[in-house]
Amino acid sequence: MLFNQYDPLKKKVFRILDAEGQIVDKTNEPNLPNDVLLKMYQTMVLGRTADLKAVQFQRQGRMLTYAPNHGQEAAQIGPMAAITNQDWLAISFRELNAMLYHGVTLEQLFLYWYGNERGSHYNEGVKVLPVNVPIGSQISHAAGIAYVSKIQKKDEVVIAYIGDGGTSHGEFHEGLNFGSVMNVPMVVIIQNNHYAISTPRSKATKAETLAQKAIGYGIPGIQVDGNDVLAMYVATREAVKRAKNGEGPSLIEAITYRMGPHTTSDNPKIYREDTEVATWEAKDPLKRFSQYLLNKSILTAETDQKYHEEANELVLSTFKNVEASGLESLEEIFEHTYAQMPPHLKEQYETLKNVFSKEAQ
Amino acid sequence: MATLNLLEAVNKALESEMERDEKIVVFGEDAGFEGGVFRATAGLQKRFGEARVFDTPIAEAAIIGSAIGMAINGLKPVVEIQFSGFMFPGYNQIVTHMARYRNRTRGRYTLPMVVRMPYGGGVKALEHHSESLETLFAHIPGLKLVIPSTPYDAMGLLRSAMRDPDPVIFMEPKRIYRAFKQEVPDIEFSVPIGKAKIVKTGSDVTVVAWGAMVREVETAMKLLENDAISVELIDLRTIAPFDRETIIESVKKTSRLLVVHEAVQSFGPAAEIITVVNEKAFYYLAAAPRRLTGPDITVPLPKGEHYFMIEPSRIASEIKLLALMKA
Repeated sequence: MLFNQYDPLKKKVFRILDAEGQIVDKTNEPNLPNDVLLKMYQTMVLGRTADLKAVQFQRQGRMLTYAPNHGQEAAQIGPMAAITNQDWLAISFRELNAMLYHGVTLEQLFLYWYGNERGSHYNEGVKVLPVNVPIGSQISHAAGIAYVSKIQKKDEVVIAYIGDGGTSHGEFHEGLNFGSVMNVPMVVIIQNNHYAISTPRSKATKAETLAQKAIGYGIPGIQVDGNDVLAMYVATREAVKRAKNGEGPSLIEAITYRMGPHTTSDNPKIYREDTEVATWEAKDPLKRFSQYLLNKSILTAETDQKYHEEANELVLSTFKNVEASGLESLEEIFEHTYAQMPPHLKEQYETLKNVFSKEAQ
Repeated sequence: MATLNLLEAVNKALESEMERDEKIVVFGEDAGFEGGVFRATAGLQKRFGEARVFDTPIAEAAIIGSAIGMAINGLKPVVEIQFSGFMFPGYNQIVTHMARYRNRTRGRYTLPMVVRMPYGGGVKALEHHSESLETLFAHIPGLKLVIPSTPYDAMGLLRSAMRDPDPVIFMEPKRIYRAFKQEVPDIEFSVPIGKAKIVKTGSDVTVVAWGAMVREVETAMKLLENDAISVELIDLRTIAPFDRETIIESVKKTSRLLVVHEAVQSFGPAAEIITVVNEKAFYYLAAAPRRLTGPDITVPLPKGEHYFMIEPSRIASEIKLLALMKA
């Protein structure tokens, strides 16, 4: 199997497409239908556009602090193409592309980053957990969800994301250990974008790879070129197959790069060189995938142009909607603390209602 | 009628509810095969199988975190933290997720789950086995905190906790796990969360207590039998959100309030209870409300623990002092 061929201790990295979009591993090239390949690419274009615009909106004072995904699209879209609506996604906070592909709407995504909890009320049937800010704590949620899948024999797998920095956290260890010992259908994907805010990967662990951490849990681990959407798809497909076969969790380290800042409040120029950023610019996941699709005549320059234009329009109109409807009522911020508001909370609510209705007059 | 101690009542509540609701799963450190270090879950694995009752690695964050995941995916987890003093690795999950999930998803995901943990001192235990950490839960929006003081209430309240749509912290006073037995009906009954119980009505002094302290107050009341002081004893039962109305009505009648808790004093539950009474019944008070609590120190090891614990004689003195204050 694939994982056996890419021993993380030997630092072998799984790759199908090179930086120019040429196939370097013909045997593992997936045989995906054209419409799926195009959906993957189109979502990457939408994700990239939404991401760049979100940063712009923030700079214009129209959006709150935002955590950009630029450069990490393939590490998110490949795995999502390997699962179905039956499967779950437990994210960290830099997975906008994965969320879009798995059914969260752009409006909900923007609404959340705009500063409204309603953005985390996803539609019925969309099996995605909300943005998870406390680092690493989503891994045990994923393990718990997958435990139910296992004992109720549901045809489900859970994909959990974490960053390279998150792997230092005790929560990562506890969650992955729990999932492994319970042998649940879970796949943990590390987006190794090389930095935990300013702290480089080298200061997070003495281990040479993050994938080798799998060994300690008795599960397979693999390093994958995270900017290669096809390799990410194939590696995840293999891990999902294992999980659904009752063989337990797998760990995938996606080697990628955060082209932008940690969040819009961060200035990466302080801690990394422009030359380093430029080397990763050359490995851009979108360029690489579009080249592959163009070479195979699955995508045309016109369609590509159309995807970009449509994405741009959708992003602008969606954000306009969010700006028009993104405010919260006083009732909303109180009514979801408990299923039923206890008397003391009702009293506090009434007091504030009084304050704000007076202000409104 | 069955005659049960508090620990047996917890066990029976789990058993009967698991029987009724197949969504309930029970797990924690040693909670499966062995039935827990106190045996609160004894016999459950044998009866309901290893998928529903199981041991976990020693990892409190994973215990609470995985329970959150299970609740999201349709189960009702009832987890055991071996001692409340060991809950801290899981506290991150409790505060940053368990308490907030309903609110932060605007009701999309809710977490019907229970976290049980034995708490409190007076059992000559090792370090980190004797704390009373009510405040750390009662301060967090979105949590409910329940503490029984009798076998009857343990069964009735735990049943309510397992039927509650929101996460409930269920702290069990381990000092009285086996201290006494009580008749508990065989029929299914529950005790509502958020309702205090007036253990004894009285007209001179209101005493509010919970958990193991309720019995200590009762003993104190016996010491006062010849003093002609009429004490109204309220067992709070739910610490968050607590039954303000019952306390306020009682203080309006007695004009005097004493709150007794084993937890350390500063920012403890008594501070909140007394504040509410000051806000709502200030002009009924004949004396400044008083509190008898653990001192603001780390719970001592057994050779010094008796200085920390609240003895009935001290409670009796406080009641006498309050009763002397004339309106």
